[in-house]
Amino acid sequence: MNRLLVATVSGLLFGLGLAVSGMTDPDKVLNFLDVAGQWDPSLALVMGAALAVSAPAFAWMRRRGRSFSGAALPDPPSPRLDARLLAGSALFGIGWGIAGYCPGPALANLAHGTLEAVVFVLALLAGSALCRKFLPVR
Amino acid sequence: MPTSFTPLTALAGGALIGLAATVLYAALGRIAGISGLLNQALEQAADRGWRIAFLLSMIIGAALWFALGHGVPSPRNDFPLPWLLAAGLLVGFGTRLGNGCTSGHGICGLARLSRRSLVAVVVFMACAMLTVFVLRHAVGGIA
Repeated sequence: MNRLLVATVSGLLFGLGLAVSGMTDPDKVLNFLDVAGQWDPSLALVMGAALAVSAPAFAWMRRRGRSFSGAALPDPPSPRLDARLLAGSALFGIGWGIAGYCPGPALANLAHGTLEAVVFVLALLAGSALCRKFLPVR
Repeated sequence: MPTSFTPLTALAGGALIGLAATVLYAALGRIAGISGLLNQALEQAADRGWRIAFLLSMIIGAALWFALGHGVPSPRNDFPLPWLLAAGLLVGFGTRLGNGCTSGHGICGLARLSRRSLVAVVVFMACAMLTVFVLRHAVGGIA
């Protein structure tokens, strides 16, 4: 199975989905997070619809045991909760709540070519590099 | 800026995202987590091609929809620079530390019934909502 082709098809669908759903609009994301303001529940439906497709499909694949290319499926997720997961998710949430961009929509927004999207992605890469340098996985 | 509830496009777009994650998982056994794919595409020379192909096609997929005249008429482009930089740093740092973002934990992790991902989603959603509440309603907005 041609991995480049599969990845290209998946990427196209993913980017199309982000744009169709409106999640590339940071204001729409912030208005979902703003439960005390003019709440826009769209993001909840985006996640719900995505999971309605992926959850049964993933469950079926787990029963099948292997991917269609023959490559192994990832190991079952670890149940272990740790400080990295909690602190990292908290910091991510704060950043997401400030500007309304998470990584996927931020990258997809490069399609608009706005300076804002370019600056955000560069800052994201810098933040990721800082974490890699100062808090590497041991 | 206010936005209106768009249930049909939200459901359709969400289904496409779920389908994209399913294609990658079912065909290659890979997780469509954008922060992880991005980090690995930049840092691991081995096995890099398909990750780069995915990320570039994701941008092209969004561009195709915008080219059809859909999407945001004029995307926001006036967010205050210091806040934008702080947000980007936090998202980049936090997603690496927490090992995932909205796609990896939110779509794929929950679909895999991962307890770690469920906790991550609850934590980042709660922190994001609290941040928006503080910035919009307690201090009266940025800038």
